Amino acid sequence: MAKPAALSEERTVPPTEPERVPGPVLKRLAGPTAWADERTGAAGLGKYFLRKVFPDHWSFLLGEIALYSFIILLLTGVFLTLWYKPSMAEIEYEGSYQLLRGVAVSEAFASTLDISFDIRGGLLMRQVHHWSAMLFVAAMFAHMLRVFFTGAFRKPREINWVIGVALLSLGLIEGFAGYSLPDDLLSGTGLRFVDGLIRSIPVIGTWAEFFVFNGEFPGDLIISRLYMAHILLIPGILLGLIAAHMALLVYHKHTQYPGPGRTDKNVVGYPLYPIYMAKAGGFFFIVFGVTVLMGATMQINPLWTYGPYNPSQVTAGSQPDWYMGWVEGAIRIMPGWEWHIGGTTWSWNIFLPGVGLLTLLFVLLGVYPWVEAWLTGDKREHHVLERPRANATRTAFGVAGIVCFSLFMIGGGNDIIAVMFNLSLNTISVVLRWAVFIGPVLAFIITKRICIALQRTDQERLLHGSESGVIQRSPVGGYSEDHRPISQGEAYTLTHHNEYPSLPEEGVSKRQLQARRWFYGDNMSKPTRAELEAAAHHGHDGHDGDGHDGDGNGHEVAGRESRELTSSRD
Amino acid sequence: MKFLSSRRRHRAVRPLLLVAALFLTGALYTVAVPDERSSADAGTSTQVEEGRALFAVNCSSCHGLNGEGSSEGPSLVGVGAASVDFQVETGRMPLAAPVEQAPQKENIYSREEIDAMAAYVASLGPGPEIPTEAQYDPEGLTAEQIAEGGELFRTNCSACHNFAGSGGALPNGKYAPALEGVTPKHIWEALRTGPQQMPVFSEEVITDENVRMMIAYLQSLEEEPTGGLTLGGLGPVSEGLWAWIVGIGGLCLFAVWIASKGARK
Amino acid sequence: MSHTGGSDISVRDTRTSAGTTRSDDERFPVDNPGVEHEPPRWTDADPDAGRSAYTFVVGCFALVPVLAIAFVVIYFAVPENVFIDVGSNHYMAQHLLLGLTLGLAILLVGVGAVQWARLLMDDTERTEERHTAASSAETRTAAIDIVYQGLQETNLGRRKLIGRSLLGALGILVAPAAVLLADLGPWPTARVRAETIERTIWGEGVRLVNDVTYEPILAADMEIGQLVNAEPENLQEFHGHHLQVERAKAAIIVVRMDPNSITIPESRSSWHVNGILSYSKICTHVGCPISLWEQQTHHLLCPCHQSTFDLGNSGVVVFGPAARSLPQLPISTDAEGYLIATSDFPVPVGPSYFERDSRNDYEDGDA
Repeated sequence: MAKPAALSEERTVPPTEPERVPGPVLKRLAGPTAWADERTGAAGLGKYFLRKVFPDHWSFLLGEIALYSFIILLLTGVFLTLWYKPSMAEIEYEGSYQLLRGVAVSEAFASTLDISFDIRGGLLMRQVHHWSAMLFVAAMFAHMLRVFFTGAFRKPREINWVIGVALLSLGLIEGFAGYSLPDDLLSGTGLRFVDGLIRSIPVIGTWAEFFVFNGEFPGDLIISRLYMAHILLIPGILLGLIAAHMALLVYHKHTQYPGPGRTDKNVVGYPLYPIYMAKAGGFFFIVFGVTVLMGATMQINPLWTYGPYNPSQVTAGSQPDWYMGWVEGAIRIMPGWEWHIGGTTWSWNIFLPGVGLLTLLFVLLGVYPWVEAWLTGDKREHHVLERPRANATRTAFGVAGIVCFSLFMIGGGNDIIAVMFNLSLNTISVVLRWAVFIGPVLAFIITKRICIALQRTDQERLLHGSESGVIQRSPVGGYSEDHRPISQGEAYTLTHHNEYPSLPEEGVSKRQLQARRWFYGDNMSKPTRAELEAAAHHGHDGHDGDGHDGDGNGHEVAGRESRELTSSRD
Repeated sequence: MKFLSSRRRHRAVRPLLLVAALFLTGALYTVAVPDERSSADAGTSTQVEEGRALFAVNCSSCHGLNGEGSSEGPSLVGVGAASVDFQVETGRMPLAAPVEQAPQKENIYSREEIDAMAAYVASLGPGPEIPTEAQYDPEGLTAEQIAEGGELFRTNCSACHNFAGSGGALPNGKYAPALEGVTPKHIWEALRTGPQQMPVFSEEVITDENVRMMIAYLQSLEEEPTGGLTLGGLGPVSEGLWAWIVGIGGLCLFAVWIASKGARK
Repeated sequence: MSHTGGSDISVRDTRTSAGTTRSDDERFPVDNPGVEHEPPRWTDADPDAGRSAYTFVVGCFALVPVLAIAFVVIYFAVPENVFIDVGSNHYMAQHLLLGLTLGLAILLVGVGAVQWARLLMDDTERTEERHTAASSAETRTAAIDIVYQGLQETNLGRRKLIGRSLLGALGILVAPAAVLLADLGPWPTARVRAETIERTIWGEGVRLVNDVTYEPILAADMEIGQLVNAEPENLQEFHGHHLQVERAKAAIIVVRMDPNSITIPESRSSWHVNGILSYSKICTHVGCPISLWEQQTHHLLCPCHQSTFDLGNSGVVVFGPAARSLPQLPISTDAEGYLIATSDFPVPVGPSYFERDSRNDYEDGDA
């Protein structure tokens, strides 16, 4: 949120545009510009794009982390393909890592070891690639949460939200495919798990398994098939979707947080050229630099200690990369439900938490903008973001989702947690079986109440100003604190959020009405102009602190003018 | 004396007294039978007698007066000297309190006392002896053998003790301990005797040479260079955590800095 | 909360009966004060601050070539087998130094550029008007008209079959595309399944051998509490991916328990040798190999998803997501006293699949 700083009394005059006297640089550019423009019409594009305004806020850079990570992944990935061999053929390892020499390994595994130990800078690039993949997905999640909690997915951005959900789901698959390529013990165990997951699909499971693995697990083709998916198919789709994501972003212009001067009809910020080019371009190098430093100093996926994949070996702490950890957790805490009907087996214990939960998450995410639009009946365009507190139910939904996700994640690491904190593995699992249902409900209720409490705080600031910290004693001995009116900028910011259409409307069914009441009936209404004026007037009169506690029409005026702090309270 | 009297009801008094009593017992025996003490050879009859006395004081309350076992502890008939050596020298026995799994702690017995108890337990029934250095010392193996030791380790050990020997979880609060810093002798003894929930890996099935290969692999693993901080050697769970903390956390700090306005007048 | 409950909504509505058509005046009770203009930055106001910012930016960029050259030098000069010891970690010097120089060099480009934008570029905030996402009504009508007109020009209205046949033609093209994928793998018909996922290379007389060393196992060598990770002797005949495929099904664990402390059902009384029992190592949940055996409780824990099986009770599930007990391999001894299998597993090993007939699996309490 743009900080509602106090406005200076006299408005400074905005600086006028500098006069356009072509300097030596412009003169020198004139030739090439004309050449390019005559062939591409680039000047028109430049005129439109170069001064495009982007609002400035740190949370708007989360998506950029994901975008830049993708570019880093392309760069380092191309490097890795120069040596990596996507082959499951068995060879004897003869590279320079002593502890595996003479061991029968696949060519994929051996070439990954070669990259790590026999190609200078290879280990660095491998680790940068892997860290970058972790950050790519993490940044997508973080970006999605920002978009969700600020309501940036609302009209007209629903399509871009859906593209984002597609990017996220593809990102998970892309990451998993890459994780499997080295053919080490951990990734092989992961593939074994995927084999079980595919098998569990009712009716077509065995067919899907045989088609994916070219027969029985592990077969001889899965690595080369995953390689194709990892370096061609999925990145290609990702690239296309990212392009569409960015194009829509440019077309819609970026959302902005509420603040003085910000409305749904404008965008306030810095121009693309030069400030954003320097800031966003600089941020690319910062993301890249940080990832390289992580690759240099933090070991990731030390596959030489995992050893080559061997279906009769396993290691304690077999886990997927973090972004699949919640599925892993769901599968761990699931009770062993299976149907045996006639000669068939229905593996709900794998299908529901595996395939089912993955589908559920992405379907829920995908349809959410329409669910909310239906709940609120809101058909307007929105470009100013909502503060999370202003939409208590949505925020509560989001937090409940995060809590549920985190509980599943804990399930995915329950063995590590059991050892670290001296807990019983079994107890963690049993508790989590209940917690994944109860936790989100509690989180929902608590978050909603916190949001509404924060709305009240805002309301109080609007009507009674901010606490000055000055305690006064009245002649009769009571103590009270002075309040100062807040600036117009802040008042504007605090009252800019959306008020949903009033009820009832024509053409709204009873069910819809109930849904709306549930969704935003508990939100505080903004004070009206008259109330603000009355409060301002009242504030000057003194501190008699009378009947503002609710006027019976939902306009709760929380608290009193000044909090009584006398010792006789309570 | 005021110092002592004021603390006689302290929580630590009982265990301390117990420890003191144990020391005293040990010391008494040292004084009582000084001659044969120097001979480290297992199984002399005096050593067995000393062992029996030590056993009666330190172990019999759970394992029974003659090592026959009780509801509190298993029978020690046939567990062998190696078992006593492992359990006592790693501080797992005697137990300080009844727990799911005996934790590793400071050993409070002298070499001679352990030998005496081991000799006594060995006299109850045949079992693995305390190994000689040649049985567990990993020196002198070829690189190929060490690599094969890795295969053996991943087949037999990593399921519980993790690929890097960092340990792992067992059901109901039990755990497979980390192997870092465990001496080769104790690894040998643990394999042969199957302490607590650990299965036995007998000499006929996993030969001494195999054990030496696995020990050599583990030692080499500890000395191997790393591609940076190992983050606990726990695999993807800790990696994911660090990706969020260092990666997303650090980049968010940069993002806040980028979006902040420069210092104003 | 009492004043904000849902029941109050209808009361509140009397205030704004205009519904969605409320004016901006009503929606936004506070007037827009306009974009605030910040006071000038120190770097603008104070020439010294400006100069030091300038120095900082140039300094960042100037360090980059130094680091880049260092990177090149390290690449050629630092051998791969030099290590830097910090605590108990041995860092590969080349890797670490390459990473540090490259990472810092890249980072400094970014830091310099950002600082340039933050402190030295004109940072007046600008306001740009937005358009609505939708086109104007006229444009939309015009576009629909064009589409309609084009449709007229195609004469599809009169010659409907063109459109339908084209759609049909395009639709049927999916069939060749799909059928091309039919050879992605062998078809798991009942016959193929019986030869693949429903059998292993175990059979009558196949010796149990130690995994890795392929040493056969003497029944007399097995102690109570012993665990052996074993394979069939004939696994050595396989190589490459065939080896992996067979190993993924045939791996077993052999354990010996005190026969008095375990339950052996009547039907399996001949499947063990003095308390030596053999079970599939492949979890019935998703197929991880399991060997995490507690010799005192006889429980076997899968490290992947913590399914726990009781090997003292025919491998039934006692905890976790697995639904079926672990298949037991019937074993005996040969003339020399070595452990051998007496048949293949009686049921398919590994994770469930749809066509699996799971009625024959052992369930707790079966005879």
